Amino acid sequence: MTAGTNYLQTAENMNSTKFDLMDNVLVIHVNGELDHHNSVVIRERADEIICTRGVINILFDFEKTEFMDSSGIGVIMGRYKKVKDFGGIVGVVNVGKNVEKILLFSGLNKIIRYYDSAESAVRLIRGGN
Amino acid sequence: MDNRMYVEFDSISSNESLARVMAAAFLTKLDPTLEEVDDVKTAVSEAVTNAIIHGYENGEGTVSMECLIHNNEFTVIVSDKGVGIEDIEKAKEPLYTTREEEERSGMGFSFMEIFMDSLLVESEPFKGTKVTMKKKIGRL
Repeated sequence: MTAGTNYLQTAENMNSTKFDLMDNVLVIHVNGELDHHNSVVIRERADEIICTRGVINILFDFEKTEFMDSSGIGVIMGRYKKVKDFGGIVGVVNVGKNVEKILLFSGLNKIIRYYDSAESAVRLIRGGN
Repeated sequence: MDNRMYVEFDSISSNESLARVMAAAFLTKLDPTLEEVDDVKTAVSEAVTNAIIHGYENGEGTVSMECLIHNNEFTVIVSDKGVGIEDIEKAKEPLYTTREEEERSGMGFSFMEIFMDSLLVESEPFKGTKVTMKKKIGRL
């Protein structure tokens, strides 16, 4: 069991996703890897904040994302479904090559908004854009 | 020089990153671009995740991964002895998922097809699934 535990810890350490509330926008800094393993924790934490704080705008920051597979689509799509009926916005910033491919091939690029920076995203979303 | 690697690991989600890293490390011999490494990591991640979630239905099992290098071609074979797939063509359809409540996007096989040059899925109900993917590295 010791070897298994070590692997588990290694994988856990690869995900240090951070959650920030900037005005009325939940900024999810996807740090490390967004795969099936990490998606569960990210999803639960995000939904907890969405529900308890009544946030309807979500911004995914991929600046420090080292890897993302189709599990990331589930996480983004799932949050989109949660907030869209309330007029919420789901946006992305700092999209690297790997993440961009995933967004493009899944068609997610058509329903999410791209911003230049977290700051400008928060400003635009606050202003109703 | 041709090369082969064969590994087996438990069907637990933290091993998804382990499998990706092992495949990527094995691939370095072919001097791949960063993009090629990312493509292979994504495809391996999708296949191993499928084995864990669908093959073994998040339960116990052993996933195997075989990696091969022949000339400039990389091959990875991910196998499980899980429940298998009844209708492979349906499973391969984009956005088709049996696990919507777990927020699975149904894009796994599509990504394997997009990120690799070829994809072969062999499966038999209650016997398991074998996914073979190939990609030529370093074509310009």
